Amino acid sequence: MGNSNSKDGSALEDFGIEYASAIESTSLVNIKDNYGLFIDGDFVASSSGKSFETLDPSTEKSLSVVTEASPEDVDRAVQAARVSYEKYWKKMSGADRGRYLFRIARHLQERAREFAVLETLDGGKPIKESRDVDLPLAAAHFFYHAGWADKLEYAFPQRELEPHGVVGQIIPWNFPLLMAAWKLAPALACGNTVVLKPAETTPLTALLLAEVIRDVDLPPGVINIVTGAGETGSAIVEHPEVNKLAFTGSTEVGKLIQRSAVKRNLPLTLELGGKAPHVIFEDAALDQAIEGVINGIFFNQGHVCCAGSRLLVQESIADNFIDRLQKRIELLRVGNPLDKNTDIGAINSKAQLERIDQLVKAGIEEGAEVFKPSCSLPDNGYWYPPTVLTGVQQSHRVAREEIFGPVLVVQTFRTPEEALEKANNTPYGLSAGIWTEKGSLIHWMAERLRAGVIWANTFNKFDPASPFGGYKESGFGREGGMHGLGAYLKNTGGSS
Amino acid sequence: MSGKIPIAKTYKLFINGAFPRSESGRTFSVDNPEGELIANVSQASRKDFREAVRAARSAQSPWASRTAYNRGQILYRVAEMLESRKIEFVELLKNIGLNSKAAKSEVEEAIHRWVWYAGWSDKYSQVLGSVNPVSGPYFNFTVPEPTGVVGIIAPAEPSMMGLVSRLAPAIVSGNTVVVVSQGQSSLTSITIGEVLATSDVPEGVVNILTGDQSELLPWMIGHMDVNAVDISGISPETDHTLLEEASLNVKRVVSRKVEEESLELISDFLEMKTIWHPVGR
Amino acid sequence: MPTSNITFGKTGSAIKVIPVDEVSLEARAASLATRSIKTNSKRAALHLSIRCMDLTTLEGADTPEKVASLCQKAKRPDPSNHDVPSVAAVCIYPEMVHYAVKATEGSNVKVASVAGAFPSGLSTIEARIADIADAVKRGADEIDIVLNRSAFLAGDEQRAFEEIVASKDACGEAHLKVILEVGELGSYDKIRQASMLAMTAGADFIKTSTGKISQASSLPRVLCMAEAVRDFAYQTNISVGIKAAGGIRTAKQAWHYLVVIGETLGTEWLNPEMFRIGASGLLNDVLLQLNRLDSGSYSGPDYVTVD
Repeated sequence: MGNSNSKDGSALEDFGIEYASAIESTSLVNIKDNYGLFIDGDFVASSSGKSFETLDPSTEKSLSVVTEASPEDVDRAVQAARVSYEKYWKKMSGADRGRYLFRIARHLQERAREFAVLETLDGGKPIKESRDVDLPLAAAHFFYHAGWADKLEYAFPQRELEPHGVVGQIIPWNFPLLMAAWKLAPALACGNTVVLKPAETTPLTALLLAEVIRDVDLPPGVINIVTGAGETGSAIVEHPEVNKLAFTGSTEVGKLIQRSAVKRNLPLTLELGGKAPHVIFEDAALDQAIEGVINGIFFNQGHVCCAGSRLLVQESIADNFIDRLQKRIELLRVGNPLDKNTDIGAINSKAQLERIDQLVKAGIEEGAEVFKPSCSLPDNGYWYPPTVLTGVQQSHRVAREEIFGPVLVVQTFRTPEEALEKANNTPYGLSAGIWTEKGSLIHWMAERLRAGVIWANTFNKFDPASPFGGYKESGFGREGGMHGLGAYLKNTGGSS
Repeated sequence: MSGKIPIAKTYKLFINGAFPRSESGRTFSVDNPEGELIANVSQASRKDFREAVRAARSAQSPWASRTAYNRGQILYRVAEMLESRKIEFVELLKNIGLNSKAAKSEVEEAIHRWVWYAGWSDKYSQVLGSVNPVSGPYFNFTVPEPTGVVGIIAPAEPSMMGLVSRLAPAIVSGNTVVVVSQGQSSLTSITIGEVLATSDVPEGVVNILTGDQSELLPWMIGHMDVNAVDISGISPETDHTLLEEASLNVKRVVSRKVEEESLELISDFLEMKTIWHPVGR
Repeated sequence: MPTSNITFGKTGSAIKVIPVDEVSLEARAASLATRSIKTNSKRAALHLSIRCMDLTTLEGADTPEKVASLCQKAKRPDPSNHDVPSVAAVCIYPEMVHYAVKATEGSNVKVASVAGAFPSGLSTIEARIADIADAVKRGADEIDIVLNRSAFLAGDEQRAFEEIVASKDACGEAHLKVILEVGELGSYDKIRQASMLAMTAGADFIKTSTGKISQASSLPRVLCMAEAVRDFAYQTNISVGIKAAGGIRTAKQAWHYLVVIGETLGTEWLNPEMFRIGASGLLNDVLLQLNRLDSGSYSGPDYVTVD
């Protein structure tokens, strides 16, 4: 005992905590062998008869077979949404629309564990996150927007409020249910009906949500869910009777959607990619900053558009900080996403794994030094260890391109001006992080960072009351808060 | 005796606070309704457009950094300067075909529009911003910020109210603009430029190019350093597939009624920034 | 020593004190509390928490018999099961040291005495030093003193520092634990500063609380101290121990502390040389949990000894 590392050799020191393989039970979840399209309140077959498999990315085992919606199916869905808009939804009072949203929120809360397990199975994210983040937030989004449905005139006083009609929504695979909630809740609160397309690798929670939609007796056709990949998505985008589009996904696809929408003057909101700077000043609360950086880049395997993927550390503390960071990364637990102790789950798909791998290799070729912890990865499934690239210059591909994986790129700076210049030197502008104990510096940075969400002394926090969305090539329009409603009402702001 | 031959004004471009001719050396003629030549006007090229964007970009951050109060004062100063040159504008509008009453009322309305937006400068943030009650120990607030450099297609008519209605809401929040104006409205546009040049509007905040909309529009839509475009004034015959290139840098594309006056016009060229900070000891 | 911005002590030993963000710290502590321990590690964890325990009685009504009974429990927590290890130490008032030394003779159980005008620390430094020296003379292996919060909070860190240096001198061979009384410090920043101050002044252990006020040990407070210990080791290569005390009553709470220490400082700290839990009621809950592991059914309070 005392001021030395000496041990008395009493064999006490060989104790190490072994965490349980605390595997969440999958018995709550009943995955069907196959799923139809959810159109006009019923699960229906595709006109084309095409289908595809959805996998558990942590095992590569098939979970179910899902219907691929053809353009004719999309048309059916749009027609159902149109009829439902005219017949029920347009005529319904805001208060009643709100009641449906409240019901959906409650059902999600009641069945939260089931949804969380299914989300983790289909997408590979740790159960700890689907249980503690995705599900509570998804329910909260419905709850929050439910209350807006009969109060829209307070959000936009002196405006004539009119919904767009039929809204087409396309969502990504990183937060499948949560993104569905972000899209559906404000659209419905504002009085639109919806055709929603979940991502092809993660359709199952949206299809389970369809069950909830039926259970709460939402009028048929108010929400239609069509599964499929790019072709299904373009059928929605190109459909002449869709009155508004909302997309969350890659900047590449977002640009294609804008090309199509802009010439038709079609209202559009885009929530696209990012390459967020995470700036650590020398006076920061470093132990918490380390946690912030870890959460910023390794949350959901880095499959987060607002991930803090570019670490900018003040040079005076850089070696020290990176040393501490690497020690912390050694403690991360990568593995079975259903294990409650898992910090980092599976990469969502083989294609994504290949992209991450390719970009990291490009970084190493360009001269970056790579750090990976000594953790072992499972044999089956798609895995990538938490990775840190140091010695990265602003011109390197890994410093500019979105990797969308658990890969952190480290650069240094000397002054606030330099930090700001490097932080803003990107076509993206979704989010940014600042760590300093100096209040005036926080505001100085926050004012100048060109990004839609600034996390100061925290990172990756979300809330239905908090508007979220990007500057520049990270998209336009906001989701959440009062500002998110504007996208779903005519003439209340927004672009095409 | 001198003084008998009137001195006609040379209408040049307005870039970075100066009035250069087009680098291309081109001009186009503007006639009155009777077909008589009023003026030869500089016809801007894509290179002039590029220079104007450069000027707008370097002016943007300083303009946005001015206090809201100061921007409001400057917009009000524009109204004052317009008021003092009211007769000139009335004559100009009459020259391009408006009757006296219509010309007077358009100038009056245009002056008032500057006053209206001047008053918004230190209020829109309060109306559009918010403090957000997130469920956690965080202070969370949303503030509007200017989008950046905005390209504006000036409406052909009403030539004065059209431009003023597009311009004032874009610059009041700290955006800088490059305007493309064509035909008869070029004369009003450049004359408004002269007013801006003498109204404490910093150089580069407003740049006005006269020329051929169909020639310059593709350069505006495709320019990677233009953050947003206002196409409310676009000619009806324009091929809308041109607009596809806005996606190159995910430009905000805005289209409104040309004479609309509303807070939403200010918010069209705003980005909402949300800031989180923990609340703790 | 590396970078400096806060200096304690006459010798000018410069230690950098890093600020702490409360919200993020508490979130981290909460997330560590969701870790679950493998069933076959549970027995080891329970045994470890016993081995790291300072079984404590600090009542005005303590008597020689009470202390003797405590010592018996410390040596043999479960008379019916010899696999259950003894605790690290008994923690008592100086007046009781003599009895405790006698009662623990021949065992591994150390005798820890509070001293130095515990729990306020507000008597003259001379009196406090004499108190410490007396407890050591009576045979205490470990001395638990309090930080002079009065001086520390009034801005006289130098005095608080020098008193610890003097106390350490008075300890001689005995080990010094410095109680920060974290519940009185008002913020994690102050806990961090006090931790760094005490370690720089020569504390062998930093300890959360006296147990005499309601605001005692908590997971985030211990996390905060563990981060300070980690940082101190980083800056000086000196490893200082941590003692969590006050309000720790259940086996589950004890596991959470083990997780926080293990994940923040590494398994080198998961032994009684580097980590202690000061408690009076915890031991019986740990024993109940051990019974449950052995028998497979839930135990009851009649099946462990009262003290």
